[in-house]
Amino acid sequence: MNYPDEITYGNKDHFRLASFSLPSSLLHWSKPPPSRTWTVVMTYQQDYLSPCLYPLSALSDIISTVEFNHTGELLATGDKGGRVVIFQREQESKNQVHRRGEYNVYSTFQSHEPEFDYLKSLEIEEKINKIRWLPQQNAAYFLLSTNDKTVKLWKVSERDKRPEGYNLKDEEGRLRDPATITTLRVPVLRPMDLMVEATPRRVFANAHTYHINSISVNSDYETYMSADDLRINLWNFEITNQSFNIVDIKPANMEELTEVITAAEFHPHHCNTFVYSSSKGTIRLCDMRASALCDRHTKFFEEPEDPSNRSFFSEIISSISDVKFSHSGRCIMTRDYLTVKVWDLNMENRPVETYQVHDYLRSKLCSLYENDCIFDKFECVWNGSDSVIMTGSYNNFFRMFDRNTKRDVTLEASRENSKPRAILKPRKVCVGGKRRKDEISVDSLDFSKKILHTAWHPSENIIAVAATNNLYIFQDKVN
Amino acid sequence: MAGVAGPATGSGAAGGDGDDSLYPIAVLIDELRNEDVQLRLNSIKKLSTIALALGVERTRTELLPFLTDTIYDEDEVLLALAEQLGNFTGLVGGPDFAHCLLPPLESLATVEETVVRDKAVESLRQISQEHTPVALEAHFVPLVKRLASGDWFTSRTSACGLFSVCYPRASIAVKGEIRQYFRSLCSDDTPMVRRAAASKLGEFAKVLELDSVKSEIVPLFTNLASDEQDSVRLLAVEACVSIAQLLSQDDIEALVMPTLRQAAEDKSWRVRYMVADKFSELQKAVGPKITLNDLIPAFQNLLKDCEAEVRAAAAHKVKELCENLPMEGRETMIMNQILPYIKELVSDTNQHVKSALASVIMGLSTILGKENTIEHLLPLFLAQLKDECPEVRLNIISNLDCVNEVIGIRQLSQSLLPAIVELAEDAKWRVRLAIIEYMPLLAGQLGVEFFDEKLNSLCMAWLVDHVYAIREAATNNLMKLVQKFGTEWAQNTIVPKVLVMANDPNYLHRMTTLFCINALSEACGQEITTKQMLPIVLKMAGDQVANVRFNVAKSLQKIGPILDTDALQEEVKPVLQKLGQDEDMDVKYFAQEAISAVAQRLRKLDFPVKDSEEPSAPGADKNHFLRPRGPGEDTGKGPAYQLHVNTRDTLPQLDTAEIVLFLPKHRLISRI
Repeated sequence: MNYPDEITYGNKDHFRLASFSLPSSLLHWSKPPPSRTWTVVMTYQQDYLSPCLYPLSALSDIISTVEFNHTGELLATGDKGGRVVIFQREQESKNQVHRRGEYNVYSTFQSHEPEFDYLKSLEIEEKINKIRWLPQQNAAYFLLSTNDKTVKLWKVSERDKRPEGYNLKDEEGRLRDPATITTLRVPVLRPMDLMVEATPRRVFANAHTYHINSISVNSDYETYMSADDLRINLWNFEITNQSFNIVDIKPANMEELTEVITAAEFHPHHCNTFVYSSSKGTIRLCDMRASALCDRHTKFFEEPEDPSNRSFFSEIISSISDVKFSHSGRCIMTRDYLTVKVWDLNMENRPVETYQVHDYLRSKLCSLYENDCIFDKFECVWNGSDSVIMTGSYNNFFRMFDRNTKRDVTLEASRENSKPRAILKPRKVCVGGKRRKDEISVDSLDFSKKILHTAWHPSENIIAVAATNNLYIFQDKVN
Repeated sequence: MAGVAGPATGSGAAGGDGDDSLYPIAVLIDELRNEDVQLRLNSIKKLSTIALALGVERTRTELLPFLTDTIYDEDEVLLALAEQLGNFTGLVGGPDFAHCLLPPLESLATVEETVVRDKAVESLRQISQEHTPVALEAHFVPLVKRLASGDWFTSRTSACGLFSVCYPRASIAVKGEIRQYFRSLCSDDTPMVRRAAASKLGEFAKVLELDSVKSEIVPLFTNLASDEQDSVRLLAVEACVSIAQLLSQDDIEALVMPTLRQAAEDKSWRVRYMVADKFSELQKAVGPKITLNDLIPAFQNLLKDCEAEVRAAAAHKVKELCENLPMEGRETMIMNQILPYIKELVSDTNQHVKSALASVIMGLSTILGKENTIEHLLPLFLAQLKDECPEVRLNIISNLDCVNEVIGIRQLSQSLLPAIVELAEDAKWRVRLAIIEYMPLLAGQLGVEFFDEKLNSLCMAWLVDHVYAIREAATNNLMKLVQKFGTEWAQNTIVPKVLVMANDPNYLHRMTTLFCINALSEACGQEITTKQMLPIVLKMAGDQVANVRFNVAKSLQKIGPILDTDALQEEVKPVLQKLGQDEDMDVKYFAQEAISAVAQRLRKLDFPVKDSEEPSAPGADKNHFLRPRGPGEDTGKGPAYQLHVNTRDTLPQLDTAEIVLFLPKHRLISRI
């Protein structure tokens, strides 16, 4: 097995982004914000990096996943080109308190390469579908990255010492005459510039016939699962040559196939519990204690369909694109095409909360079907205290819903309005009728600008939003 | 020049005569940082040589500090390093300085790779024994405490394995501290650490005073056994065995059994699986009385558990459980309490359960005796022999020897034969392969007559199977049969049939003849080989398929040692020489190889003493700089194994024997 070449950076400062000191007048606010105000921390465009690495087409720069680690110190992104870029949060310094929150490139490496399955004549894309961080176990960081078929475990570690002194060579690397060697030299370690290197530690391959859509690390720290369209496998981190199939919904006859697995996740604390969502808009919760094969679910979450809303698109828009346990482990959140729903683990017959993400699109489903946008898979995230949820939309808009105050806001991630430390203005989409100033009409929404992937810092109000090949980091306004 | 003086203190293999011996050591030290992992690994494995050359002083002050920071390397290098350091006490100046080895092992005990950590812990345990009690408290115990309170769980998991080695030799006060540290690891936040603690609980209990076991270990055990993570709970089952061994019957009943009962009925199948898997150990640890009262009912439940994995694990233990029951009343107990459950498992819905049972059920016949076996077990055997799953049938067949001793195999032969035939013709080649492997065993038990009558034709049919692995296994099988039944049998039944295949229109079958001859020649001996096999082989040298011809050359090389000199000289040599001129490159190559092998043998027979020295093989050592340098090679041509990259015009200058040794085979083709 050939590992892709790792890319390491001798000097990470080289990629530090431009500094963000701006005149304070820009921070001026005209109106009080609806719930929370968000300031731009940084924007990062993939092609900033590209010229130094490869001549990449813009397509391969498209960010395909974003994930904070457990402390929030690191943020990883994966892209269509199979690369993983890790950002590290700037350490707090006394004279520049306001700079805390900036993220700089820490390490970049090629995680997956395009491959070709000769047996099935199938191309295997290098696109990173998901990244999941492992709980930290020593000074190094570990993450799982997956494309359609293969999950890899990466170690990202720092090195700041380098051995010096050879016996057979002098300092310039010239060979010495063996006859002149009269003493033995033991190499000595000397400090050097910090070097961050990423090394592939394990490759979990050949277990998925279909496309992997989710990976999730178990709270027992020794296993994780990977889910594809029809099966879910359980792996031990130490063992790459075998995995256990725990869910298999493949019918004996593929013509009878009516639903696929769209996402799966482990419970944050209970190592035996996991959920998976389906294209029919249902969620199944399984208990691995009950039996080795979890084909039979323990709980089944489904909301009865409203007959008045039934249409040709009903099934497509009810398909769940993402499922996430709350940090507390008491709720699950699902995202379908038009809504985000929050379910209580103890109530299977309907969600406790439903939020409309972009209900104004209901009238445009036909054209969204024609341009395939209706199949977009939006993800959703919780904030650290489970009180706010965030998910993406079109036109570079993303939405936040405060579960306590029931207020919601639409924000836009775009290069035009994202000068560092600028404050994001809430956006509004108007539906028919008169369009007020500041509002944008449904018909002028740009459906090619979609925000599918977002991430929320585990304890602070810092969010990362991926808009095609741009990554935006926003922070709750620091007063 | 301090380095030269160094070796004097530790003069050994490498020390001594000045600069000459320094060079190889210098290479070894430099290669500790070579880019090639293999060379680094090589150097690490010779770390003792380096240390010996440096002397104890420099090893302590220079080599060990360097190694302490070398934890960036590949796992296999770190593993080798961890292993080496365990035996390093002598090289750093003996037990008084053993503590110098702690820093590098401490850093190895925190790496993420479990095998490396475990090896580091093993070496630390080894070194702890070499510490004096004073040094143990001054250096080793603080290390354990550091690891146990480390930030990362890797270091805390490593600490769990070190408590039991330092506890017995520590003073009372320190003992209290050690117990305190262990207690806190048992309730660590991360399941990884709790698992490590749970798996070392039994070991730690063994070195503790009995009072502390009861007052401290048992509560810890009870807590771990009701941990929220089932991966922790299942490890407590293992600890159960060790703790029960330390306690009296009454204490077991009061302190351990409630937890064990709870584990046998745990909500998680993995915990119940663990109970089933450890059943024999548990049975021995708790003693016969508790076994009868508690474990047998628990076992019955496990045998009819709702999870197939648990039933399979329990089925695996049936024989051991029965064996370990007290002799008195054993038979009735098995008949009344175990057998009814076994009967149900024979028709289980899950094939893994059935095949687990099939792998042990035959063993019950020795325990139950002839009559019970015929009356109660035989129907089960027969049912399993007809099972739809091949693995079940195979498992029964592979254990026939147990039942043979009790009732004789004839009782089974009526059902056995159809089962064997069916497996022999199974559509899955792996199943066919498995049954072939049992053929010699079956042949031994069924006897030559039965075999000739019923099974011989099967064995011959496998020789023309369309899967190579089967044909290969079939040839090996023939060899084993000949070893069992003798050369006469071979000459009469096997050899003629094999030789007939030499005229088969399919070249793969003709090659099978050659493979059979390779396998059989030794077992058959010189006479049959020379008179019957050799003519056929020689005849096949004219085959039109090159693959057959070069296999002729290989066969001749193989059977050469069995033939006498005359046959070699007069029959084999001319044919090989002819093949040596073959138009096919591969035939030529293998003919040349055979010629040199035959020639060597002829030479040996003629001049047994003079020519017995083989050309020495330089470069066998991976470390090319260290090989003894010959006078002719010192002209800067580089190491011997680089020969194959040399251009062809330098090759003729070298001894051909050497080239054959060092060129990879596929490169030989470009030699001419």
